[in-house]
Amino acid sequence: MAHRILVPVKRVIDYAVKIRVAGGKIDTNVKHSMNPFDEIAIEEAVRLKEAKKAAEVVTVTVGSTKSQETLRTALAMGADRALHVEIPESAEVQPLEVAKILKAIVAKESPSIVLLGKQAIDDDAGQTGQMLAGLLDWPQATFASKVELNDSVLTVTREVDGGLETVKTTLPAILTADLRLNQPRYATLPNIMKAKKKPIEKLSPADLGVDVTPRIKVLEVSEPPKRSAGKTVGSVDELIDKLKNEAGVI
Amino acid sequence: MMSRLATSTAKCVRAPVLSSALRSSAPARALSASAEVASGISFQLSPELLELQELARKFTANEIIPKAAHHDRTGEYPTEILKKAWEVGLLNLHIPETFGGMGLGVLSCAIVSEELAYGCTGIQTAAEANGLAQAPLIVGGSESLNKKYLGRMTEEPLMCAYCVTEPIAGSDVAGIQTKAEKKGDKWIINGSKMWITNGGKANWFFVLARTDPTASTGKAFTGFVVDADTPGITIGKKEINMGQRASDTRGITFEDVVVPEENVVGAVGKGFGLAMEAFNTTRPLVAAAAVGLARRALEEATSYSLERKTMGKPIAEHQAVAFMLADMAIGVETARNIVWKASWQRDAGQKNTWAASVAKAYASEVANKCAADAVQIFGGNGFNSEYPVEKLMRDAKIFMIYEGTSQIQRLIISRGVLDAAKSK
Repeated sequence: MAHRILVPVKRVIDYAVKIRVAGGKIDTNVKHSMNPFDEIAIEEAVRLKEAKKAAEVVTVTVGSTKSQETLRTALAMGADRALHVEIPESAEVQPLEVAKILKAIVAKESPSIVLLGKQAIDDDAGQTGQMLAGLLDWPQATFASKVELNDSVLTVTREVDGGLETVKTTLPAILTADLRLNQPRYATLPNIMKAKKKPIEKLSPADLGVDVTPRIKVLEVSEPPKRSAGKTVGSVDELIDKLKNEAGVI
Repeated sequence: MMSRLATSTAKCVRAPVLSSALRSSAPARALSASAEVASGISFQLSPELLELQELARKFTANEIIPKAAHHDRTGEYPTEILKKAWEVGLLNLHIPETFGGMGLGVLSCAIVSEELAYGCTGIQTAAEANGLAQAPLIVGGSESLNKKYLGRMTEEPLMCAYCVTEPIAGSDVAGIQTKAEKKGDKWIINGSKMWITNGGKANWFFVLARTDPTASTGKAFTGFVVDADTPGITIGKKEINMGQRASDTRGITFEDVVVPEENVVGAVGKGFGLAMEAFNTTRPLVAAAAVGLARRALEEATSYSLERKTMGKPIAEHQAVAFMLADMAIGVETARNIVWKASWQRDAGQKNTWAASVAKAYASEVANKCAADAVQIFGGNGFNSEYPVEKLMRDAKIFMIYEGTSQIQRLIISRGVLDAAKSK
C-alpha cells in the first residue's frame, strides 16, 4: 500500500498567548506556533507511516515566509517533505481559498488521505477540511478521535455532540483530527537536525491557478466585554426587577 | 568608539585556534562548535538555536515543572524524566558526532541548561553531571576510550559522574589524596570521594587520582574512567541536602579498585590540567542553570505581585516591590549575557577561563539574590512549601559552592585582572 498522506498545517498565534486587540486589530507581534490540531494531524500521519500503512507524509502550508518554521516543525516530527505556498505577510487567506489551493495540491501530489486539524485556533472556522471534501467530491470523516486504516478502508471514530460515531470509508478521503486522536510527540533534537535536509518546495497561488482574494470581510474585532462585578440582591422581587430592567434578559 | 570596537572584533576573528576538543570530524553545522564563530557581534539567536530553546522550554513545561515538587519532597531520582530527556535528545549534547552525539557547542548547551534549570535545578544538575563527567574525555580521551564510554551514552539512557572532590579536598583539588598505583599493566585506585553528583546512578566515573606522590601539581595527577560495577567500589548513602534534592549526591570509596591501562584519560600525569580544562566547558553551563533559576524566581515573583493586593492595589504597583523586580531583572539579563559570552568564546576557540569564572561567580550570586527576593515578595506565602519560591532559595545556595566556589572564582578573576595590568 503506497499511500501518501497530505497534512496541511497552519501557523497561528500560540495557544498560551493572551490575545490583545489594539486599534481594531489583533496584536500579532506575539509568539506563534503550529495549530495544535495540526500537530495532532501530523502525529497521526507519522504513526500511520511508522505502522507501514502509509509510505510518505507530505506537509503543506499557505502562509508568509514565517510559516517556514511551521513546516520545519512538521518535518522534525516526521513528515518527509514540505510544500510552501507563499503569500505576502499582509495578505489574508480564508478557508475557501485554502481549500481551493489544497485541491490544486491534491491534483499535483495524488494523496490517498488529506489529514487536517479540525479547526484553526485563530479563526475557529472548522471549514477547510469539509470544503475541500466538497470541492474534490471525496468522502470525509471529521472530528476523528480514532483512525484505523486496513486495506485501503478507513474506520474512523468521530466525536459528535451525542457521543461517538463510527464511520467507514474507502480511499481517497478527507480526515480532520480532533483533540483526543493522539498525543503529539516532541520533535527530538536529532530529528530537528535531520529536518534541515528535507526538501521544502515553494509555490505561489498563481502557480496553482487559485485566486486567494478573501470573499468574507471582517467588519469588527473587539475583546469580549470585561466581566463586571456582581451585585447582591435582597429579595426575589429585586432579582426579577434587575433581570428585567437592568440586564434585559427577561 | 566604533573603531576600537572594530579593531577588537577583527582581532577575535583573525586566527581562531580550534583546540582538539572543538574539532569535529563532521562538517561544521549550524549548531556545532566551530560554526558559531560570529564575524561581528550579535545577541540574536539563530533560528536553529531558537528551535533548540523551544524544544527545551516545551519539554521543561510538560515534563519537569509538573513533577519537580514531588522529586524535591521525596528526593526520588528523576529517572523517567531523564530517560525522556535522553529520548528527545536533550542529554549528552557535547558528545561528538563520531561517537553518536550531537556535537553541540557550549552556547547551545547553555541555552538548554537555562531552560531545564528554569523547571528544576535538581533535575537539571543530574542531567548536567553527565556533561561534566564527559568533558575530560571529550577534551583528552583517546578515540577507543571515547568510543567505548561516550558511545554507550548515546545508545542507552545512562548516567555518569565526575569524581574529583574528596572529604578533605574541595577547592584544593591539588590536595586530593586518592591514589592510583601501577601494578603490571593495571592501576590500583584507593581513596574516597565525596559530594559526587549521580554517584548512585552512574554507569561509569571519571576519577582524578594522584599518580606521583612527589611531582608538581601539573604532573602528579591522572584521570581514569572507572566502570561503576568494578569490585572494590562502595557507593555511600544518598546525601540529604538543603536543595536540589532530586539530584543524587554520594560519597564513593575505592578499595584496591583495578583499572586497566586503556582507561587512562589522556596522558599519565596530565590529569589535573584535564580536569581544569573540563571546567571551561562546564562552568558556563552551571552559570546558565543559575540564570534559569533566577529567571524562574523573577517570573514567579512578577506573576504573584500582579495578583496579590495590599492597601487596595496589586503589590506590583508599590514601588518597593516593583524596584525589587527591576533589580532581579537587571541581574537575570546581565548574567545571561556573560554566560553567553563565556560560551561563545569557548565555541570560537578562544580561552574562556576568565569569562567563565565571571559568569559563574555573578550568575550564582544573582540566583541567590533573586530567589531570596522572590520569597520576600511572596511574603509569608514565600516561606511556605505550597508556593514554589522557597524551593528556589534552597536550590540556589549550592550554585555559589559547586563547580568552583565564589571565592575560588574571585581568585581566578583577580589573577586575570592583575596579570593583565602587569603585562601592560
